[in-house]
Amino acid sequence: MTTLAISNLHATVETDAGAREILRGVTLTVESGQTHAVMGPNGSGKSTLAYVIAVPPKDPVPEGSITLDGQDVLAMSVDERARAGLFLAMQYPVEIPGVSVSNFLRTSVTAVRGEAPKLRTWVKEMKGAMEALQIDPAFAERSVNEGFSGGEKKRHEILQLELLKPKIAVLDETDSGLDVDALKVVAEGVNRFQADGTTGTLLITHYTRILRYIHPDYVHVFVDGRIVESGGPELATKLEDEGYERFLKAGAST
Amino acid sequence: MAQTSAPATDHAPALRSRDIASHPVPTGREEEWRFTPLAPIADLLSGQAPLNGGADVDAEADPGARVEFVGTDDARVGRTFLPTDIASARAMAAAAQALIVTLPREWQGVARVAVRGRGEDVAGHMVIEAEPFSEGTVLVDFRGSGRYVGALEIRVGDGARLTVVSLQDWSTDGVHLGEHHASLGRDSRLLMGHITLGGQIVRIAPKVSYQAPGGDAELLGLFFADAGQHLEHRVFIDHDTPHCRSSVLYKGALQGDGSHTVWIGDVLVRSQAVGVDTYEVNRNLILTDGARADSVPNLELETGEIVGAGHASATGRFDDEQLFYLQSRGIPADLARVLVVRGFFADVLHRIGQPELTQRVMRTVDGRLGVVALDGEAGDEELAE
Repeated sequence: MTTLAISNLHATVETDAGAREILRGVTLTVESGQTHAVMGPNGSGKSTLAYVIAVPPKDPVPEGSITLDGQDVLAMSVDERARAGLFLAMQYPVEIPGVSVSNFLRTSVTAVRGEAPKLRTWVKEMKGAMEALQIDPAFAERSVNEGFSGGEKKRHEILQLELLKPKIAVLDETDSGLDVDALKVVAEGVNRFQADGTTGTLLITHYTRILRYIHPDYVHVFVDGRIVESGGPELATKLEDEGYERFLKAGAST
Repeated sequence: MAQTSAPATDHAPALRSRDIASHPVPTGREEEWRFTPLAPIADLLSGQAPLNGGADVDAEADPGARVEFVGTDDARVGRTFLPTDIASARAMAAAAQALIVTLPREWQGVARVAVRGRGEDVAGHMVIEAEPFSEGTVLVDFRGSGRYVGALEIRVGDGARLTVVSLQDWSTDGVHLGEHHASLGRDSRLLMGHITLGGQIVRIAPKVSYQAPGGDAELLGLFFADAGQHLEHRVFIDHDTPHCRSSVLYKGALQGDGSHTVWIGDVLVRSQAVGVDTYEVNRNLILTDGARADSVPNLELETGEIVGAGHASATGRFDDEQLFYLQSRGIPADLARVLVVRGFFADVLHRIGQPELTQRVMRTVDGRLGVVALDGEAGDEELAE
């Protein structure tokens, strides 16, 4: 049983006009077996939330805490967070020329599991995971993310998710820019990851479309740096019908 | 003494001669010498150091090839090479013997030359003669300590395909001044590789010229300068013949105080050399403060009737985004740096295509970046491809 506990989390960025507050007191708990969807309009700060969980921010967190099974996440470096069991599927994965996908995957799996997987079982495992995501086997010898289409990059992120099997996955707009077929493949990957109930997922998205394929247990509406309403899957349906206008007005009046 | 004077161009050497007296002693103000630290080699250039020491030279080849040591008065020595600077001229005069590796007509195989310095000042001369339609690989491996000055003279016969890779991995006191001149026959192909890792001062000047149309030269280089090392590569492609090709790619990494690399890429397409296709690239990756990479591509076109000509040069720092991405997958920072540097060199090593040299470079990268070894099983598997 794993618990990611975010409590009264604040985050700021330095701008020319001084510190600007992006997260204004976020409290959220994700447990294994649960899928949470955080939905919000552009500029609401939801991507910042995803990053602060997985990556030490440039400007230190002024207030609040994040813990993973009681461990202080904010005190960890980015690679320590990954080894502790956090994973961020990125919106814009980085190209690394000359580093093959297979070498990269095996090195990261070795780092996260704490030991190198046996070569024979590993090749099988990697090929199986690639096949499930309809990734061409030749992909393994290409350089990480180099020349990948948008859909290939997202599938590569989910491939890592399935192989690294983190305790908690944070998916930052993994659905953006995908056509319906690619979206289904990616969603199936997330569902496989989540299937055995030992892991938790925090899905960050602008659109409700992906929620037809990944069914969240909880939906949170995120506006202006904080959660303004939480509910079950029905909240997503309501958002699909009504959009964010109601929340934006509410946010503006506070 | 044989001597030629080249027509006036910006980048062709002004003088080629075995006569020491015809070469000026560099002062450091010359374009050719302005990057090189002269103090540690001043006595070599002035002649105070007589270059009369020795090194262990071993050469072996697959059956059929000939390996011989001959006097420097042999007709095959200096046939296509004349010194373009005083260091080479002194070495050619001082060398007691020359090594000649002959790859016979239609021969296929590998030859290896190992030079091991013994801490002395050495003059050397090597000739690689690839006869028509041979398909050979010659691996030259310079190690040990001391100062070595000498030329590598390469002749590629008509229709021959030759790979020559020269590894410079001297001890920390090593000095190497070398001219590597290749002359390509009709429809021949040469892959010349330079891997420069060890030594205090290594200054290699590869030059390519063509005897007949259809020659194709690919020059590939890789260097990694650590604190206090000066590693210099001065490429000159002399397109003096129609319908030939050249492709140049050198990549360097630098780290530590006073690490210095120099890459000069001079390409001259002479007026008669129509239908030429040439491209040269230098990329440098600066890993720490205190390092300096000089990169000077020069393309001089005397004719516009060419297939293509271009050059590119870029020197940059570690991409933090790449490191961050690797770390976000649990890979510790030092290992992430190793992966990025290995990746940076991967295309050059792949094109050079010598797995044992690839391994050697990767071990050097690992060691210099403070990682004992990447997981051998995966690393070896990757590299063996």
